[in-house]
Amino acid sequence: MINLDFEEIRTRLADKSVGIAGAGGLGSNCAVALARVGIGRLVIADFDVVSEGNLNRQYYFKDQVGRKKIDALRENIAKINPEIDVEIHDLRLDPDNIPHIFGNCQIIVEAFDLAGMKKMIAETVIEKMPGKYLVMGMGLAGFGNNEAINTVKIDNIYVCGDLENETSEQLPPLAPRVGIVANMQANQVLELLLSKQE
Amino acid sequence: MKIILNNRQEEFDKESMTIRELLDEKNFTFKMVVIKINNKLVRKEHYDTSLVRDGDDVSVLHLISGG
Repeated sequence: MINLDFEEIRTRLADKSVGIAGAGGLGSNCAVALARVGIGRLVIADFDVVSEGNLNRQYYFKDQVGRKKIDALRENIAKINPEIDVEIHDLRLDPDNIPHIFGNCQIIVEAFDLAGMKKMIAETVIEKMPGKYLVMGMGLAGFGNNEAINTVKIDNIYVCGDLENETSEQLPPLAPRVGIVANMQANQVLELLLSKQE
Repeated sequence: MKIILNNRQEEFDKESMTIRELLDEKNFTFKMVVIKINNKLVRKEHYDTSLVRDGDDVSVLHLISGG
């Protein structure tokens, strides 16, 4: 453990930027955790709108159903910590726009739902943004099984989750486990940003 | 040959093998993966031709939906 008081943590985080790729269960919860500790800037990209079914795990409220997730999330972050600079992008991320949108971020948080999109961003970072930290969420469906959730490191890619349980009709994503993984991602981001002596 | 596979040392009774052979040997039947050899991405169309040799560092990341 690195010992730093909260003032020092906030000072060090104030000039940092973190990209959030997707504003669903992982992205909304991870962004809020990072906003609470005072990350300087969040760059959030998503094209989706808040639906009733999202409220079992995503950081949105009933009166936000139907609104763009990026707008609703920026509003929720502002209510918690108005000092955070939140940049939003209403689009579908792809191998061409990812390097531009997240180029100035120290770390990218992968917060997609679909395996194909997770593959796409991992390949994009490996090929087009070598050395950039990518913190992924992998395996968060269902409930219980706390002991299976972990973090694995592959060079500059960190993978948080149980690495096993895919979401399905019988294994839905729910607030506790999604929140655990999202907060593990935020925790990994902090470790990476704060462990380097500057 | 000795290689590092997903951060662990592994030994195989061959001088080299393709990514496809490695996946078969390890019984990795994952639908969706990202594979790197020595930090370089290997795309699916090259699984039958990309060779793993002694001393290589290989990562196989299994991707699953949920977020």
